[in-house]
This record gives sequence, structure tokens and C-alpha cells, in this order.
Amino acid sequence: MPCVTWLGRDRGAAPGPLDEAPCSEGELGVPGLAQCTADIISTVEFNHTGELLATGDKGGRVVIFQREPESKNAPHSQGEYDVYSTFQSHEPEFDYLKSLEIEEKINKIKWLPQQNAAHSLLSTNDKTIKLWKITERDKRPEGYNLKDEEGKLKDLSTVTSLQVPVLKPMDLMVEVSPRRIFANGHTYHINSISVNSDCETYMSADDLRINLWHLAVTDRSFNIVDIKPANMEDLTEVITASEFHPHHCNLFVYSSSKGSLRLCDMRAAALCDRHSKRWGPRGLWPLLLLLQTGRQLSSHASPELRVRLCPPMPTPTSPHKARWDSGQPWCLGVLRPEDHGHPQVFEEPEDPSSRSFFSEIISSVSDVKFSHSGRYMLTRDYLTVKVWDLNMEARPIETYQVHDYLRSKLCSLYENDCIFDKFECAWNGSDSVIMTGAYNNFFRMFDRNSKRDVTLEASRESSKPRAVLKPRRVCVGGKRRRDDVSVDSLDFTKKILHTAWHPAENIIAIAATNNLYIFQDKVNSDMH
Amino acid sequence: MFARGLKRKCVDQEEVEEGALAGFSSIPSYSLQRQSLLDMSLVKLQLCHMLVEPNLCRSVLIANTVRQIQEEMTRDGVGRGTAPQSTGRAPLDRLVSTEILCRTVRGPEAGCPVPDLGDGAIQGPLPELYTVDSAEVPRSPQSSLWEMDSPRENRGSFQKSLDQIFETLEHKNPSSMEDLFSDMDSSYYDLDTMLTGMMSSSKPGLCDGLDSFAAAAPSPGSSCKSDLGELDHVVEILVET
Repeated sequence: MPCVTWLGRDRGAAPGPLDEAPCSEGELGVPGLAQCTADIISTVEFNHTGELLATGDKGGRVVIFQREPESKNAPHSQGEYDVYSTFQSHEPEFDYLKSLEIEEKINKIKWLPQQNAAHSLLSTNDKTIKLWKITERDKRPEGYNLKDEEGKLKDLSTVTSLQVPVLKPMDLMVEVSPRRIFANGHTYHINSISVNSDCETYMSADDLRINLWHLAVTDRSFNIVDIKPANMEDLTEVITASEFHPHHCNLFVYSSSKGSLRLCDMRAAALCDRHSKRWGPRGLWPLLLLLQTGRQLSSHASPELRVRLCPPMPTPTSPHKARWDSGQPWCLGVLRPEDHGHPQVFEEPEDPSSRSFFSEIISSVSDVKFSHSGRYMLTRDYLTVKVWDLNMEARPIETYQVHDYLRSKLCSLYENDCIFDKFECAWNGSDSVIMTGAYNNFFRMFDRNSKRDVTLEASRESSKPRAVLKPRRVCVGGKRRRDDVSVDSLDFTKKILHTAWHPAENIIAIAATNNLYIFQDKVNSDMH
Repeated sequence: MFARGLKRKCVDQEEVEEGALAGFSSIPSYSLQRQSLLDMSLVKLQLCHMLVEPNLCRSVLIANTVRQIQEEMTRDGVGRGTAPQSTGRAPLDRLVSTEILCRTVRGPEAGCPVPDLGDGAIQGPLPELYTVDSAEVPRSPQSSLWEMDSPRENRGSFQKSLDQIFETLEHKNPSSMEDLFSDMDSSYYDLDTMLTGMMSSSKPGLCDGLDSFAAAAPSPGSSCKSDLGELDHVVEILVET
């Protein structure tokens, strides 16, 4: 990590009618700020090769940047990212039944692996997912017999001979068209989408449910997780993020507002829903389930031991209110000893000494990402990022403090709602460095091998071409160096929620409100 | 508004110890802070309820926080009578706590020591209120909003307000939203009038007297609004006589 020096590259703002609007990042109170909210970047995503970078904004627009091929004239200059295409993905809608407006803000963009000359991506707002196809056109036919150059029908009397139309090169035109619209699948707000490694299916998660879709089928989806309690009064936990495993098409993970992760295997249980109880210490889970079913078996006279193999769900607040459909047997499915499908719950035991009224809120996982290797998961909660080993559920293998100096300010952050900010996290291509955003337009990187970390700032000064990013420091008190920023002077309106790392190289994209920063390492070399 | 005023008082919870307090004018007590946090959370829930599309995750987290505070307050309330406290500041502290506790329609503290205050003006109307009320309303202790010896019920009635919030999230019923908001409104009205001293003498008695209404409760399942309605009715009778 210290070997990499970060340089400013392009600084692109979402182009549009407000392109050169006078509002600058974080300058609240400046008139005209209201116009700029549509430009606030809400998601950033590289495609699988890193050639394309997509951003979505609050106004429902998607802007795609393309990396220019390195020029032969200057072999040391790395390719820069230029705007490739801009299109309006989602429009504001009105839900007439609930009298609510549905925001057009793009919550997530996910690229599909490229299978032909065209690129495809999924973009979603709170309710609807759309599949977009991006194609290039750089030739056009000329020399029609019946039409002239402008497309008007020729006077037939002037046509004396026939010609074969010829393809002539033209200026590159990028065409984007919506190929599928996946609507009406979600009652609650969609927070994640994830494309399966089978390249045929994808999942979408809202606060309480996760649906599995086939990319070719828009009129139905398969519900695979449902944690909605029968009575909303029992609701204490929601789904915050989810992702498919990068290699195993049957595995996916979802995180909750209580700080737990559930790794689900779709092979074992078709439906992972709220009808299971969480039984406490996981080692006793099968045993207790057996005991419970034992009581019911007599009334159902079923010879087979039928249990539901589902990920343990949040317990209802009162045990006696366990939800079981009336008329249905307690358990469905069959428990087989060799069945490895029982889902794993990853949760770190709470430290009783640091418990406060805010413990649960700050433990809520805002983002979860599998490593490229598929061996680890990365989670972000309010104050830390954690690396989990898929083989160990008991606790994360690594924990990094992002901004622990905020721990004593939780009450104020609760008051101004900052405690609910959802930061994302990212792996680098080799899974050796992790990155996440913070406040004051700072973002942090942690090297897992050397255990060193760095704080950098996304600002205009730092983004000038070839400007080297200087490490920043937040001082809590005591000795203060010259360029340190004190905790009390942090700007909590300048938050970096969305970051992305190129899949192979040391190129990062940072979204700071309505500005996109792209940083690259000094030497465009292989990963260390 | 409310939230802003709290900022100054909102000291980090880990830092404050109850025993270290010198008096009311210095760092607020833990129970005061906790109450402030509870109030702030309830305001947040109400506010987010007024938005077009409330963020469910945020609402759930706030609601869980409220529940935690409520549970701790109930636990503390049960133990408060037995736990020794520094005698010097206890009466003042409790006076403040009681006052603030009365703000929150839904947050009764079991240990609210009304008799300890020894305030003649407050004590005065009590027996009369009690008599009137018991004549008017059938006694049903189980479901009293103010019952002290069954914290679970307290939680239940508080739970109900959370239920209403979630139900409204579910159904978006404008009328229930109004009910919720009007509950909050009337409790703040009481607070304002109490603090500005514009109320008649019966009103403070009403508020403090509520804690002794354990047995003389409205019918089960009644909302906070109807509780207040009953008490208003009682007060009207008093004033007229």
C-alpha cells in the first residue's frame, strides 16, 4: 500500500443541463444548491474488465465512462476515462395505491459479463430494475436506391441504375436501449442487486425480501428470502445488503440491520423465510429443532422427521408469538444428517463493556462484498470494516477502524441522522487492500498484509492531473500536526458513500456528492 | 426544535456517572439524558412518519432504540426504590425526572415517586380525583397505561404506539397517522403549558397524579388519546365543581 502513490486523474461531473452549475461540492447554503441534488451520484461500478465505469445519480441518470486506450505516442500515459454515454434510466413515478412518489434515484448498477459486442447492465431504483443494452455503431449504409441521403424517397424517374448500398464509417454512436423491465417485484425499497455467476439469473433485495429473477423473464420472480413478520409490530430487523458468491452460483449472502450475515445455499432450501426460529447457540440448532418437532409430530402422525432447512431468522420479540401458518405442519423439508445446507450465520458476539443505546445502530451492516477469490466477505458498519472468512462464523478475522474518533460523538450523530449513513466498501483486484469512504470527503484504505492504513481526501486540489494525493490525518486531541484536521471541524455533509476499485489495476473511482474522482497509481503496474 | 435543545444536554453516556453529579445545574443525570434520548427518538419516528416514503431500516433502528430505552427504564424503575442514592440531590433530581417523564405520554416510569415530593398543591386534589375517577370508570388494572407493577403492560401500551407506526408504514392510512401525530401534539401541549405556568393548578396535579392512577384505569386497549380525554373530562368536572 505505501508503495502506491495516488494521482489525480479526470474529474468528471455528471454531464447534463446542470453541468457547469455553480454549486460546488458541499457548499450548502449557496443558492442554486437545490438544482444540484439531481446530480448527486448514488452509485459507482466498474465493469468486469474495468474498461467501463458506470455512475448513477439521484436524477435517475446513468453516465458511463470509457477508458481510452493508451496512446502509442505516449506509452507512459495511462488511459483516461471519458464520457461514453449518458441516458435517463429511471423516471419519477407515482404509486397511486399508496399515494407515494417513487424516487428515480439509481440505487445500484451492476454490469453483466460481456458475452458479445454489446455491453449490458442492470440499473435499479427503489422499485424497478431495468436491463440496458449498450451498443456501438460506427458504420452506416450509404447508397440506397430508393432513398436519398436524407432519407426522402427518390423520384423514381431519376433512378437509372441500381447500386448496392455500402457500409461507410461514421462517427461513433453509442446506443442504449432498455431490453427488460423487471417491475412489481418489490413492496419495499430495493437496496441491492447482484448478478449470478451463471449469467442467467440475478437477485434483488429489498428491506424484507429477496427475489431471484431470470434475466429473460420479467413477469415473475422467485422469492428466496422473506423476513417480513406476520405482524409488522414484530419487525426488529431488516435486510441491508446482499450479494451472490462470485463463483458458486448457489451461494449468496445477505446482511441485516442487527449486524449479522447469513450465507444461504439455494440448493438446500427453496425458501428461506421467517418461519424458522433462531435457536440460540448454533451448535444446538438441530437438536432444539428436533425437540420442537417432536412435540408436533404426534399430532401429525408423520413418520418422517420433517424440518425446515432455512437460515435462522430473527426471533419475534416474544417467543410465544412464533409465527407458523395455521393449518400447516410445523416443519417442512427433511433433515438429513449429510445435508450441509443449513445456512451459516456470521455474527460477532457483542462486547458487553462497550454496549450503549447506539450499539445496535452502529452494528448495522451497510454493505457486504465477497472477495474476488470468493474466500472472504467484507462488511461495513458505521465505524469499522470487517473481513470474514467463509469458514468461520464466530467472528471476523480482521477488523479495521475507519473513524473510531466518532465513537464519542454518537449521540450527536444520531441527532443529525448521520449515524444512519450507509457507507460502501470495496476490495482491490488482488484482495490485499480494502477501501471505504468516510466524512469530510475522506476515504480510507487498509492493507491487509502490512496492516498499514491511509486516509486520503477527494477534493479539487487533489484531483489535478498528476497531483499526488497526500495522506490526511484526523487528530483527536493532544499533539496536532500542521495539516491535521480536528474532529470538531469535520464536515459531515461531505460524505463519501460510494467507491469502486478497478477489477485488475490500481484505479479507484470515488463519488463525492455530485463529483466523481478517479485516482490512479503512479506507476501503472501489476498488483503487488 | 426539541432536538436542537437536546444537543447541549446530550453528553456521552459512557462518560457520565450518576454519582459524580453535583446538582441539577451541572451535567444532567443519566436518567435525564436517557429520557432526552427517548424523546428525540420518538420525535424522529414521528418525523420520519411524515415523510413521503419513510426509510424502513432507519425506522426499525430507531424503534429498537426506543424499545431498549423503555426496557432499561422499566428495569431501573423497579430497582429504583431499593437502590441507595445520595440523599442531597435526590428530591430535586426526582422532581426534574418526574416533570420530564410526564412529557412522554407513553413512557411511564414505574418508580415515579409522586408521594415523595411532598407538594401540598399536588397532593391536594389527588383524593378527589381518585374518587371521581373511580366512580366514573370501571377499574381494570391489567391494562392501565400507568400501571406500575406490571411493566410488561406498560411496554405493551408503548408497543402499541410502535405498532401504529409500523402499521401505518404498511398501510399508509392517513387517519392513523393523524392519530399518532395528535397524540404527540397533546403531550407537548401539556409540557408547554406546564413550563410556562399558564395552567390552572389542577393541571400539574393531573400530570403527577397520573402516576397514582394505577388502579383507576380506563378500559383496556384504549389509546393514549382516550386516556387524556378521560382525564380532561375528570378535570373539567373538578373545575366546574
